[in-house]
Amino acid sequence: MTLPNATGLALHALGQNKLRSTLTALGIIIGVGSLIALLAIGHGARAQVAARVASLGENVIQVTAGSLGRSAVKLGLGTSLGLSVADAEAIRNEIPAVAAVSPEVKVKSQVVSGNRNWSPDIYGDSTDYFAIRRWAPSAGQIFTEQDERASAKVAVIGQQVVEELFAEDEDPVGQILRIRNVPFTVIGVLAPKGASASGSDQDDSIIVPYTTAMKQLVKKETGLRRIYIQAASLEAVPIVEEKIVRLLRQRHGLEDDGEDDFKVRSQLEIAQSATATARTMTLLLFLIASVSLIVGGIGIMNIMLVSVTERTREIGVRLALGAHRRDILRQFLIEAVLLSALGGFIGVATGAGGAKLLTALAEWPTLISPDAVLVAFVFSALVGIFFGFYPARKASRLDPIEALRYE
Amino acid sequence: MDPLIRLEDVGRTYRLGAARVAALRNVSLRIGHGEFVAILGASGSGKSTLMNLLGCLDRPTVGRYLLEGIDVSKLHHDALADIRNQRIGFVFQNFNLLPRTSALRNVEMPMLYAATPIRARARRRRAAEALALVGLDSRSDHHANQLSGGEHQRVAIARSIVNNPSLLLADEPTGNLDSRTSAEIMSLFHSLNQRGITIVMVTHEPDIARYAQRNVFMRDGAILKDTPVLERLDSHAELRRWRTAEAAESTLAQTA
Repeated sequence: MTLPNATGLALHALGQNKLRSTLTALGIIIGVGSLIALLAIGHGARAQVAARVASLGENVIQVTAGSLGRSAVKLGLGTSLGLSVADAEAIRNEIPAVAAVSPEVKVKSQVVSGNRNWSPDIYGDSTDYFAIRRWAPSAGQIFTEQDERASAKVAVIGQQVVEELFAEDEDPVGQILRIRNVPFTVIGVLAPKGASASGSDQDDSIIVPYTTAMKQLVKKETGLRRIYIQAASLEAVPIVEEKIVRLLRQRHGLEDDGEDDFKVRSQLEIAQSATATARTMTLLLFLIASVSLIVGGIGIMNIMLVSVTERTREIGVRLALGAHRRDILRQFLIEAVLLSALGGFIGVATGAGGAKLLTALAEWPTLISPDAVLVAFVFSALVGIFFGFYPARKASRLDPIEALRYE
Repeated sequence: MDPLIRLEDVGRTYRLGAARVAALRNVSLRIGHGEFVAILGASGSGKSTLMNLLGCLDRPTVGRYLLEGIDVSKLHHDALADIRNQRIGFVFQNFNLLPRTSALRNVEMPMLYAATPIRARARRRRAAEALALVGLDSRSDHHANQLSGGEHQRVAIARSIVNNPSLLLADEPTGNLDSRTSAEIMSLFHSLNQRGITIVMVTHEPDIARYAQRNVFMRDGAILKDTPVLERLDSHAELRRWRTAEAAESTLAQTA
């Protein structure tokens, strides 16, 4: 029998039992629908994390200080104060393939402007910071190397800070902010950047020159919170990382078997650890959805077995009138695959609709990738073949004489 | 020329657990082209087993079966399916039409399994021709469950002849029909037989067997006797008699 004829027969048979066919397909619809929706949620979360990591900048390496207390106890006198500006200078000067370096200190303080006040994150950074983070001002400008050297009392502020401290019709540039009673002139407003890889709001920050922060705000020799380093190229990242470790260990006078009192992480590693969680979640969702798809497949198998038994006589007649076993096999297999593929098709539509609805109602980020749609569709067809094969084979192996006699 | 059917010392034994049951023993039979043969016997006489063998639904345990000169005793099931499709038409006691399927589609069914695919248009044309031949051309769109018993059997006969078989096998074709409809079916068989189709019919009704040219009696898995029918019933004349009686009845009803 030709394939179009066999498909025609299968459609005819499915059409004769519309309710049953629909209910059977429903199992697959739910399976594929949840597969699509859950994958969309997983992928959406991953895309969000990836966007946050990308917001860090390009080829960025972060060095953060280890616990000062711990290392002091462990290593005794004369050891490091964590990270120092000198460390940052050394990295800049002694390691080739370093494009930019920004030492960073963090200050927590209330900020006052006129009659309003707010407590954003206050960072002292070098002027390179904006290049490393690829963060340009949307109004005004960033501070210069000269401001840095002169410990100028200038500040570049994030969008959230603007909203909290200034009226809508006010131009923040040129205004004065007071941080720990030190007046700072706002010279620039940063473009909105959204959440960071760790989820904090990056727009809720004020950036001042690190020299100013240390002299005017911290007022004592303190360790740096971290050092941002930008490698010249993606290929250079691992080499630069390795060299930083060696340089800092040497500078901090660590013994060969001593632990690092700092931590070096590249953007890639941050991305990996951040997406690992999202990937685990996606995998988990995928497994749940697969289970429901398999349950749907068992439903198909069950109905096909019932159908084969009910239609034993028909099978007998077909065999008697010249059908080959493979014709019967094909007819029932196509029925099963049509059921599951049709269910898959509707499932993709409902799943995609459900994901859109989730985004609209719960504001969950969802992403329907063509891959997921293809996987779901192929998977549902495979479920049809897998669970349809046994009933179809059973039908094709019937003895025509027995089948004709079946009541 | 080879006879259409040639059975040579055919036997068929079934295994029932450890026991072996011989359903057919040493059956030799020749049926020529164009014959109309009825096979008679009580249940358990082996006539159904013989029918299954003749229809290539089963293979003999011993002996040879030649259909149109081809030894089909050792053929693979796919080859047997092709022979059933091309050379044999089947008519069953319970019609075995597909329910909720139109008469035309039922008749088309054997053509779906032809070794060389037949185009949909040609299938429809041939199915319509076969339905016209059994006098049902006006009812080709009707579903099987909208037809009477006699119409059912006529659709089944159209289906059996649509591939132009040389042999038509009928298993108790009138078993579920009243005697008037039986006469109709026999008349149809008679016409087909006159057109050259060989008909082998299994029945346990001696009356029906008298429409055939030749009667083969079976008992205990063997042929008891094989005789020509001396006083053959003329199905056309029978049908005419029924019609006259009916006409008289309706006139009577009208005058009353």
